[in-house]
Amino acid sequence: MSVKVEYHKFDVIILGAGGAGLNAAQVASQYCKTAVISEVYPTRSHTISAQGGISAALGNLEEDHWHWHMFDTVKGSDYLADQDACEYMTKLAPEMIIELEHIGLPFSRTPEGKIAQRPFGGHTAEFGKRPVKRACYAADRTGHAMLQTLYEKSVAQGTHFFSEFYALELLTNDGAVNGVLCWDIQNGGFHIFHAKAVVFATGGSGRIFKTNSNAHINTGDGIAMAMRAGYSWCDAEFFQFHPTGIYGAGNLITEGVRGEGGILLNANGERFMERYAPTIKDLAPRDIVSRSMMREILEGRGVGPNKDHILLKIDHIGADAIMEKLPGIHELALVFAGVDCTKEPIPVVPTAHYQNGGIPTNYLTQVVKAQGENPEEPVPGFFAAGECAAASVHGANRLGTNSLLDLVVFGRTAGEQAAKWAQNNKLVPLKDDAGDFGIKLFQKFANSNGKYTFGPIYNELIETMQKNVSVFRTEEGLKEALEKLDELEKKMDDFRVNDKSNIYNLELIEALELNNMIMVAKALTKAALERKESRGGHYRDDYPERDDENYLKHTEVFYQDGEFEVKYRPVRMKPLTVDPFPPKPRVY
Amino acid sequence: MSRYVTFEIFRYDPEKDKEPYYQTYKVEIRRPGMLMLEGLNQIKWEQDPTLAFRRSCREGVCGSDGINVNGVNMLSCITKIEDLGTDHLVIQPLPGMPVMRDLVVDVTDFFEKFITVKPYLIRKSPTPDKEFYQSPEDRKKLDGLYECILCGCCSSSCPSYWADKNYLGPNAFLRAWRYLADSRDEGADERLPILNDKHGVWRCHTIYNCVEACPKELNPTKAIVEIRRMLMNRNY
Repeated sequence: MSVKVEYHKFDVIILGAGGAGLNAAQVASQYCKTAVISEVYPTRSHTISAQGGISAALGNLEEDHWHWHMFDTVKGSDYLADQDACEYMTKLAPEMIIELEHIGLPFSRTPEGKIAQRPFGGHTAEFGKRPVKRACYAADRTGHAMLQTLYEKSVAQGTHFFSEFYALELLTNDGAVNGVLCWDIQNGGFHIFHAKAVVFATGGSGRIFKTNSNAHINTGDGIAMAMRAGYSWCDAEFFQFHPTGIYGAGNLITEGVRGEGGILLNANGERFMERYAPTIKDLAPRDIVSRSMMREILEGRGVGPNKDHILLKIDHIGADAIMEKLPGIHELALVFAGVDCTKEPIPVVPTAHYQNGGIPTNYLTQVVKAQGENPEEPVPGFFAAGECAAASVHGANRLGTNSLLDLVVFGRTAGEQAAKWAQNNKLVPLKDDAGDFGIKLFQKFANSNGKYTFGPIYNELIETMQKNVSVFRTEEGLKEALEKLDELEKKMDDFRVNDKSNIYNLELIEALELNNMIMVAKALTKAALERKESRGGHYRDDYPERDDENYLKHTEVFYQDGEFEVKYRPVRMKPLTVDPFPPKPRVY
Repeated sequence: MSRYVTFEIFRYDPEKDKEPYYQTYKVEIRRPGMLMLEGLNQIKWEQDPTLAFRRSCREGVCGSDGINVNGVNMLSCITKIEDLGTDHLVIQPLPGMPVMRDLVVDVTDFFEKFITVKPYLIRKSPTPDKEFYQSPEDRKKLDGLYECILCGCCSSSCPSYWADKNYLGPNAFLRAWRYLADSRDEGADERLPILNDKHGVWRCHTIYNCVEACPKELNPTKAIVEIRRMLMNRNY
């Protein structure tokens, strides 16, 4: 191919500059030449929006233990999480929080000066007995404070940054991963980053839903690239709906609001969560609260002229407490709902929020793929962490605050592992045709002159996913969605990009993102159709019960030549040192 | 507010335009409280896909979408069209930064200046096993400082920043003070000489544009005053 490509060599490259990517970067940079490649500037990734907290059994306000945290994580996942990874993450959590504090994260404090902690959904003491204060927070700007701190730390460590580069293809050779092909958004031009180790930290795909809490860039690019390169998307069907997105806008109101005493009310003014989760009420895990809210709405007890949302009341804790602990949500409610939450309740509705599954890894963040008898053979040179990865600690439903913990714990591990890999292994040479696929894909859209443009197709995509693949699902709805997605996929072959410029061509980037979003939506829907049971964030009206006999297993969606294939892999039920938690009914 | 407002947008593509020009679009107001970003997306997705601008989080925390509307810097994602009080909006890239394309500016220099002030916790004493204890009062000193989102609205509104290409600018000072004010930090000796430079805090003319422009209602001028006081107290 006669296209000009610029080449770069690094020991470790990290794709994505959210919490996982930056924590990996600041660690790897301490050992070897490390670059971070990101679609946006490092402090603009979606981690920045996280509000309420990061969990760790520090026990700063009441007795706590990592083992209880591990139990909550396993039970919260509806028993689909890998228990070795859950133990690894919850045990490391306190150390990780202290490390973040040491590098400058401005946590809120207790009167004695320790890191403050608040309750969050699904977090309990003594294996489910009562809610516990486990979420460490920086007011309600925890993600912002964390991401900026990690960026600053990686700057201090000398990390190389390539900001506003869009990744097109994951490069492999002889079974090993050895680089990424990117397009320079600002100046135009292809770049191949050739490296000994590649870390994927590309975030989620929430933009495929109409009502979602995600940043514009959460379009599933990393997942799509990994699938095209032959790796799977594990547990694709488990997409989490956060209970309290602002009605109509989707911007999130942190679970920390309920942690500080906020309650959900239906049209009758009833605190309905008492009926669904009598022990921990509004602090039940997110899948349970979201489903309960949708039940209320479907049974006619929703609020508003269309009876289609729920109220979140917080004014009773007092304006001073709100302004000190939740200043950001006061601002968000005002801007996006036109409501002063010190006086009025906030209109909320379950909102697509978090991709529980991801590129499968073991607890050391090595990406795994079945090889012969081994269902989890590590892929040489390939690591993944954060929302794009599945270690898997979230399983079928993620507990609030566990995502930030996942980011930093597995981000750090990925940084360590990738650096170690780079120190012990040679650079795998690039294949002769490295980058050709990505360049062709790029040119297909750059030169496209067909009928359809981004806006209308994107609208159909998000309407379809919202209608058929959200909180409640049925066989009929999922099949309808798949047909629609096939149609949209065909339209992408008759696409038109009007903008032919090489400089900051946002239309072209959106076309490539849309292409990925349709792929990701199809994989997710296919996985949901095949899982004929209800578990965590995946609820089938036609199969309302959990079915451990047939479905206590990870889904893995593979893609080849335009077709998706759904396979399964056993859940790792054996923790590292403690006894396993066998599946039980989830009662809260 | 009528059903339509006019967006008069600065356009420039260095690959094909000799000079910048303005292009006018009619934007439909589809709900009360509609935001500037919704207007820009409406243009991009329904009228003219070639328009380039930045955005990411769309809730005022990532700092991607600083733009200038009717002469004032703001974030498009948290600015309500109706709050601007007019049906005619002139939309330009942030001033004082090189234009890359349409509403997209080159922020390289802005980020480099931010990094110049050593924006990270510096420690010289040994690290405890547990967290550094910090009293709620000491932690309160960081309120109004750590919330900065690096959007550039402040520096890009500052005449000193426009006039002196080496001037560090309000953003860098706010960040420097965020660390100087942190009870855990021991980096004052390293940072103060950088801030005491002729392109440092003394070049601020106290015009308060930065304070007015900050979408997070932060006060870089106050940070500059605090840094000056610290310099004075140390007899620089």
